[in-house]
Amino acid sequence: MLSLPSNSILADTALVVQAKKILTAAGKTIEDGTIVCVDGKIKAVGKTGEMNIPADSKILKCEIVMPGMVDVRTCVGLSGILNIKNDSDQLESSSPLQPELRAIDAYNPREELVEYIRSFGVTTVHTGHAPGELISGQTLIAKTIGNTVEESLLIDGRAIAATLGEGSTKAGKQSPGTRGKQMAMLRALFIEAQEYKSKLAKQTEAKPDKDTNKDTNKDKSSEPVPRNLKLEALVDVLAGKKALLITADRAQDIASAIRLVDEFKIKLWLDSAADAQLMIPEIKAAAITVLLHPSMARASGAKENLSFQTAAKLHAAGIPFAIQGGFEAYVPKVRVILFEAAVAAAHGLSFDAAIESITISPAKILGIQDRVGSIEIGKDADLALFDGDPFEYTTHCVGVVINGQLVSKGN
Amino acid sequence: MLFHKISVAEYTLLPTMPPQSHCQNKSATLTTRRHFLAQSTTAISCAFIAGRSLAQSPASSTPGASAALKPNGGAIAWVNATLLPVDKPPIPDGVLIVAGGKIKAIGSKQSTPIPSDATVIDAKGKWIMPGLVCTHSHIGGMGAADSSSPIQPGVRILDSINVRESGFRRALAGGLTTINIMPGSGHLISGQTVYCKLRYFEQSPRIVDDILIRDKQGKPIGGLKMANGTNSQGDSPFPGTRGKSAYLVREQYIKAREYQAKVAAAKDDASKLPPRDLHLESLVEAMQGKRIVHHHTHRHDDIMTVIRLSQEFGFQTVLHHVSDGWKVAKEIAAAKLPCSIIVLDSPGGKLEAKDLVFRNGRVLDEAGVRVAFHTDDGITDSRLFMRSAALAVRAGMNRDKAIAGLTLAGAEMLGLDDRIGSLTVGKDADIAILSGDPLSSYTRVLETWVEGQLAFDLSKSQDNLFAEGGLKAGSDLDPFLCCYAQAWQGGAK
Repeated sequence: MLSLPSNSILADTALVVQAKKILTAAGKTIEDGTIVCVDGKIKAVGKTGEMNIPADSKILKCEIVMPGMVDVRTCVGLSGILNIKNDSDQLESSSPLQPELRAIDAYNPREELVEYIRSFGVTTVHTGHAPGELISGQTLIAKTIGNTVEESLLIDGRAIAATLGEGSTKAGKQSPGTRGKQMAMLRALFIEAQEYKSKLAKQTEAKPDKDTNKDTNKDKSSEPVPRNLKLEALVDVLAGKKALLITADRAQDIASAIRLVDEFKIKLWLDSAADAQLMIPEIKAAAITVLLHPSMARASGAKENLSFQTAAKLHAAGIPFAIQGGFEAYVPKVRVILFEAAVAAAHGLSFDAAIESITISPAKILGIQDRVGSIEIGKDADLALFDGDPFEYTTHCVGVVINGQLVSKGN
Repeated sequence: MLFHKISVAEYTLLPTMPPQSHCQNKSATLTTRRHFLAQSTTAISCAFIAGRSLAQSPASSTPGASAALKPNGGAIAWVNATLLPVDKPPIPDGVLIVAGGKIKAIGSKQSTPIPSDATVIDAKGKWIMPGLVCTHSHIGGMGAADSSSPIQPGVRILDSINVRESGFRRALAGGLTTINIMPGSGHLISGQTVYCKLRYFEQSPRIVDDILIRDKQGKPIGGLKMANGTNSQGDSPFPGTRGKSAYLVREQYIKAREYQAKVAAAKDDASKLPPRDLHLESLVEAMQGKRIVHHHTHRHDDIMTVIRLSQEFGFQTVLHHVSDGWKVAKEIAAAKLPCSIIVLDSPGGKLEAKDLVFRNGRVLDEAGVRVAFHTDDGITDSRLFMRSAALAVRAGMNRDKAIAGLTLAGAEMLGLDDRIGSLTVGKDADIAILSGDPLSSYTRVLETWVEGQLAFDLSKSQDNLFAEGGLKAGSDLDPFLCCYAQAWQGGAK
């Protein structure tokens, strides 16, 4: 599915990584371990003394190796380093409801910031349209390598990004100007999508019999339903093919998001969610997944109540979550999830849970856990190598492997 | 010592002088339009204090102020700690003695006798370092210059600070004890900065006066904020280019020079003084070394422009942010200008910061430049200030220099290193007590002491709230930062 990068450092020989500690994110840590990567996949993992290493293998040694990190929510590649019109495609402000905007048409795999986060071991990103409009557009999942979006792509159109609260209200007489209006607009659109969905279903049922070439139904519903890109995208959400990612920080906006899920039976990813710590029972009862704001997000505005301990509280409550890099309008233009998880680890989240919050947990949330997120046989050989505890600020990433290729010497 | 001292070592923590009659007399003379530059500094400070006395009841009715003024009781001795004096090598198993708001003794267990009446605190396993000094912060508000003009040096940030802003408490949770509160970078000259001590004890400060740092005469100390590059450009009357920016600044300093000459020529003859001009006064103070210029600058050529202007007009300058500093480190070292740098998790956000790198601190330091860090709070979180130094060390900066960059180097850049920045006998007892190495991501600030009084205690629930975050721990308004709002609305300048 993925093309190997043309500038690959290694040829087709096996790549072997040996570390004093392998953090597998699959329930165990292996001391003095070896990982054998062949054809872009992990072929073997185990104790160094007990492993057969293919001849001519390229061997990389380090202190600690962990799975390549998965950023569960970023806008990198749509949002660029210069922060000027020409490299900022994360938000189209001409209309509050644009679920039809595809991330694949905007993602720049050569964006410097993609390379930047890769140098710290981020190998997969769920990126796309930013918070800021009621529905700002779609997202995609990509590896942080590749010269075209097609080379990088894992999944196109993974979610539709929406925003509740002051982040997407408008001034003056433009809508939505209030929270109530936001929900009214969203509900109206989803009801329209439900109707569109049932029309599409009737059309399928009403298809002419090919053998007899006879119309089984001659009423008006047999006329083809005109394509509607906006509603098609939402039909995917109603059908469970795409998640609805709702950025909601304040408790009342989180409650509104839950209400929307109840009404339309859709898969919700609660994004940012600064007040999640105040809404643990409600989030748990609604069985919702949280794409948690960066630990170092600013404690102001809608995020005034955010806490360094939210990750620990979600973990303790058994709520599925991952720590995101998120979107930054100014500086730092992109956040590195390694650092964000480090802060959570210093504020109550266990070391193992912090590692999982940027590896296997986001992979499971995004539905790509069969490919990435842990060091297990058969998975993509995506690895991050370190010269010490990955969460220590003074430790270095000393190598990044994607699809069995050394793609970065670290940072 | 980087700068000419603005003040002498002896000073009062807060103005305790009542509005005495001689002060009132001299302040009255101000109303006769006597120019302050021709007066003694005492007259100015008296005027300030007299002004304050009008706005405020006597100290006894201001619990915040009186709490801050309350002299510390007996001595406190911390023992068994790892001490980082900063001006000397680390002391394992050391003793630190504080009394009367000052550091009384520091040394090894063997060489440091503990007074019999001292309260002894066992700090085994803990690290004690000087309270952190942030040379560039926006806590409490940004409201100096407005949008009417790019050059407003007479406008004071101290007239806009909200001391009840929760950011001050969060800063204490990061071990900070001194901050330079700055106006924004959206002007060539955005006004006067003010140096503050975080005197947030059981009773919070009530008004800004309670947190000011003053000179011997009681005058609040602060710098002057300037900026170049793209932030300070804009539609007319703001400059549209770098050339125009420098021209506008030079024009003003030349006017200030002429003003200074007229004031000097008038000597004590009030009738010959020029009309008083607050903007020009401020620039004259900068040229006289009484007000350090804190200059926002990112790109290498903008850095060189600051050097050029500071040499032409002789204002003492700290280069701030200095994203491209590593490209012109030799030139900065040759100009003997210190750098207060920002450490951000990624480059970019605007073109002139696209080459920001973690190694900036190392390269500058190795070139011989004095380096401090700053939070630029709300750009970075004061609670995590120590990680700026840690990330610099990650990129090879000398560890001791990086720790000095959080403390003593910053104190020097504010001209306050005779009172703060290191654990030195005679300096203010501003200290941060840590659970471990300040450069470790797992280390927590346990306590912060300001002038010998406990200002932050992680084990207290209210302080813990500010340290961890939670309901009402943050600010309910988004930070008003130059370019931040514009960026949010689609594209930074």
